[in-house]
Amino acid sequence: MLQGTLDLLILQTLALGPAHGHTIAHVIERRSDDVLQVEHGSLYPALHRLEDRKWISSFWGTSENNRRARYYRLTPAGRKQLVAQTSRWEQLVQAIGRVLKPAAE
Amino acid sequence: MMGEWLRRVKRFLKREKWDEERTREIEAYLEIESDENVARGMDPDEAHYAALRKLGNATLIREEIYHMNSLGFLQTLWQDLRFGARLLRLNAGFAIAAILSLALGIGANTAIFQLLDAVTLRTLPVTHAEQLAEVYIDQPHGRTGNFSSRYSELTNPMWEQIRDHQEGFSTIAAWSPTRFNISPKGQVRPVAGIFASGAFFQVAEVEPLLGRFFSPADDQPGCGTPGAVISYSFWQREYGGDPSALGRIISVESHPVGVIGIAPQGFTGLEVGHGFDVALPVCSEPVIRGEDTQLARRDGWWLAVTGRLKPGWTLAKASAQLRTISPAIFEATLPPRFNADSAKHYLGYKLGAFPGGLGRSDLRRDSSNPLYLLLGLAGLVLLIACANLANLMLARASAREKEMSVRLAIGASRGRLIRQLLAESLLLAGIGAVLGALLARWLGAFVVSMLDVSSNTPFLVNLSLDWRVLGFTAGLAVLTCVLFGLTPAIQATQVAPGAVLKANGRGLTSSRERFGLRRSLVVAQVGLSLVLLFGALLFSRSLRNLMTLDAGFRQDGILVTYLDLRNAKIPKANRYAYKRQIVDQIGATPGVDAVAAVYNVPIGGNSSNDNVLSQNSDTQTMGTTWNNWVTPNFFATLGTPVLQGRDFTEKDNLAAPKVAVVNQAFVQKFLSPGSPLGQTFRLEPDAGKAPPRYLIVGVVKNAKYADMHSEFAPVAYFPIAQDEDQDEYASVVAHSNGPLGALVSAERDALAQMNPAIQIEFKTLPETVRASLTRDRLMATLSGFFGVLATLLATVGLYGVISYMVARRRNEIGIRMALGAGRASILRMVMGEAGLLLAIGLAAGAVLSLMGARAASSLLFGLNARDPLTLALGVAILVIVAAVASYLPAQRAASLDPMQALRDE
Repeated sequence: MLQGTLDLLILQTLALGPAHGHTIAHVIERRSDDVLQVEHGSLYPALHRLEDRKWISSFWGTSENNRRARYYRLTPAGRKQLVAQTSRWEQLVQAIGRVLKPAAE
Repeated sequence: MMGEWLRRVKRFLKREKWDEERTREIEAYLEIESDENVARGMDPDEAHYAALRKLGNATLIREEIYHMNSLGFLQTLWQDLRFGARLLRLNAGFAIAAILSLALGIGANTAIFQLLDAVTLRTLPVTHAEQLAEVYIDQPHGRTGNFSSRYSELTNPMWEQIRDHQEGFSTIAAWSPTRFNISPKGQVRPVAGIFASGAFFQVAEVEPLLGRFFSPADDQPGCGTPGAVISYSFWQREYGGDPSALGRIISVESHPVGVIGIAPQGFTGLEVGHGFDVALPVCSEPVIRGEDTQLARRDGWWLAVTGRLKPGWTLAKASAQLRTISPAIFEATLPPRFNADSAKHYLGYKLGAFPGGLGRSDLRRDSSNPLYLLLGLAGLVLLIACANLANLMLARASAREKEMSVRLAIGASRGRLIRQLLAESLLLAGIGAVLGALLARWLGAFVVSMLDVSSNTPFLVNLSLDWRVLGFTAGLAVLTCVLFGLTPAIQATQVAPGAVLKANGRGLTSSRERFGLRRSLVVAQVGLSLVLLFGALLFSRSLRNLMTLDAGFRQDGILVTYLDLRNAKIPKANRYAYKRQIVDQIGATPGVDAVAAVYNVPIGGNSSNDNVLSQNSDTQTMGTTWNNWVTPNFFATLGTPVLQGRDFTEKDNLAAPKVAVVNQAFVQKFLSPGSPLGQTFRLEPDAGKAPPRYLIVGVVKNAKYADMHSEFAPVAYFPIAQDEDQDEYASVVAHSNGPLGALVSAERDALAQMNPAIQIEFKTLPETVRASLTRDRLMATLSGFFGVLATLLATVGLYGVISYMVARRRNEIGIRMALGAGRASILRMVMGEAGLLLAIGLAAGAVLSLMGARAASSLLFGLNARDPLTLALGVAILVIVAAVASYLPAQRAASLDPMQALRDE
């Protein structure tokens, strides 16, 4: 996976609502139709980094099946970051697309 | 940036907690995933393993997070420092030598910098010191009259004019440091005094701690003694900080004065180096000084003036304004006794405003050049110490080639290794700097105590650490660390990872380049040592010249008694007789074999001069002569030979014709050829009086007058008995072959019996002369210390390099010997090598010495700054020391057993 994209995916996932690590990993997999295979462990350093930057915050809660789990939620700063990173990502995708497209027209 | 670091540190401190948190979180993940797997129908064990697989390597994840919480560079620095400390403990000898040489180098630099900082960089501790300006005459050459304070810059009539006509200052004040005797009777008990005009404390913008300060209303002519302001330290010392000190009466020169105010702590006046204990208004001066008052005198120079610039006024603007009012001021204050020439000169003076934020300092005036020179010398010592250390580090680097090679081979980066080696240097430099700072306190106090001898009032220099001194020391530590650590570190890591391992212990990397560096370091050391040694020899020879010169008088066994007769209230007409009586009394003290009174004790600090008129014109002068007044027997007491004619006798009194005894320089300068005896000369008189004519009855040998450094100048001696204007002071010189301490107490008793109101003070002449040579002694002592240190360091350096060379070339020497080279030729070879380094170093050093000599020339006495003999002496000392240093390793090389050396191969 591209460097930095994991952060974007996590932020996007949390934009839908608070979630714990396990959920985040599965949501990313599912929503990409299993194209993006995240090694679930690699999620945790990324979460640690995002939390350190104050883009997400965390709390301990109880999971759907009654397990203690650490939940993450997007902070206002994280939301701003998500918007910025998303638009940057779209620009990048478009640019790469333009380069890769045969110069037909 | 700062925030980022703060966060990192916070994270670092919490990393254990985070590790635990994340571990729990990962466990939670595993539980949830297993649960889901079980729900999908796996059995529990299989579900757990599947969850583990999905997660990946849990330990790696934890490590990654842990690493994110580390401080990176700082943490490895700590590691490096600890590793460095362990290595240094293993090499205790090296570490001690390194730290000691650095501590000496850094300590010497810091000590001298501290002094420079205190007297030339630090501003006065008052608000907005930069607004303060000093007012004095721009080019005050050729002033005549009475100079009676450390800052005899202006007269009181001038000050009054300035005060009334200046426009650039919001407040302005005149002041004059002096000495007050505060004991009611008898024994002299001096304190630091100051006469301060009304606005003195307003200029400084300080508030009284208790009571009130002077105001311009206190400072009116004829004010008597309206009150005294005392300093905080005097208040603590004398009254133990008791508030009831306010209103107490102190006796200043036997006049009762009430304490009206106490200055706040930390305010010691507008001078650096001397504080005040007791301040009186300027208008009290006539009461305190009595007959000696300078207040009304137009040629009594005793005041310094400091003002605070008005907002919007610059020094230039204030100066310009002072310049425009100068002609009127000098016109209004012209001393009436001046003849046309002197008046013209006087009227040409221009006042100016000069930066005053640093405060006045006689030490800055007299010693800042020597201090800068000493700082330069100390800097050279530090450079030599660094070169020495660099050499040692290079030697260690080659010993550690193998270690470096291995560490590079297993993946350490070069940067990381350099960082680690530098951490070791930093450790050395850091410890050296801390020890150096401690040493500096001691050394600084020592230098101050040496300077203290020369001043009458205790010398306070604020040697406390400020940011400048701390920055200077820290900067030195970093600089030295880079100087001696960086190149060796870079060189040490310049090995190919595998090379040394392959070569099986034999140094492949002992390139000529590295050895070349070590040799040039030694050359530099030798060169710089020669500069320092040359300096040290110059200053000690200069001091020796001063101490051994024929001053024209004897010092040993001479006791000087200073007497203050003001309290004895002797009418003017009886004073000479009274002084004679005192002289006889002292002469009768057991042990005294010669005694005389004198106005200006040689080298005692007082001097007076007069213009000698030409023989046939009242307005033409031939030049100036120094004056002195003595009683009969003065020349015999001080051992100054009377070459022609006679000494004064008791018959040379007021009734007899005016006579004089002159010295050889006077004869040469002013008298016509032929016998001087019987010739006459005239001195420029006070206004309106006829010029007195003096008959020369004797010629004495040249003797130093006020300063040991000056050339012999013309001096005319007159009998005290013929001085119509006897003052209330006397100084008596007495010679004794016995101990002077016993003489002091015997004299004190005798004089107390005669009249207890006489105030007396004793000084021995050798003491006085010594005090006048303070600066020379300071320069000789410190530069000598630096010179010895430098020579020692350079010797160690040379010894190290030659030993290293011998060790390196063991095989070669072994082969040479096996092939038939004799011990003598091996010895010659090694010594030749050392001789070459020495020769290059000495040549470079000689050039540097001669170039740098100019800086010292004004501080030397009786020898040229480029004195070839001194340089030769320095070279000789270094050659001898270096020969010994290189003979030891050469001897070792020559006594090598060739078989042994070759077998080691």
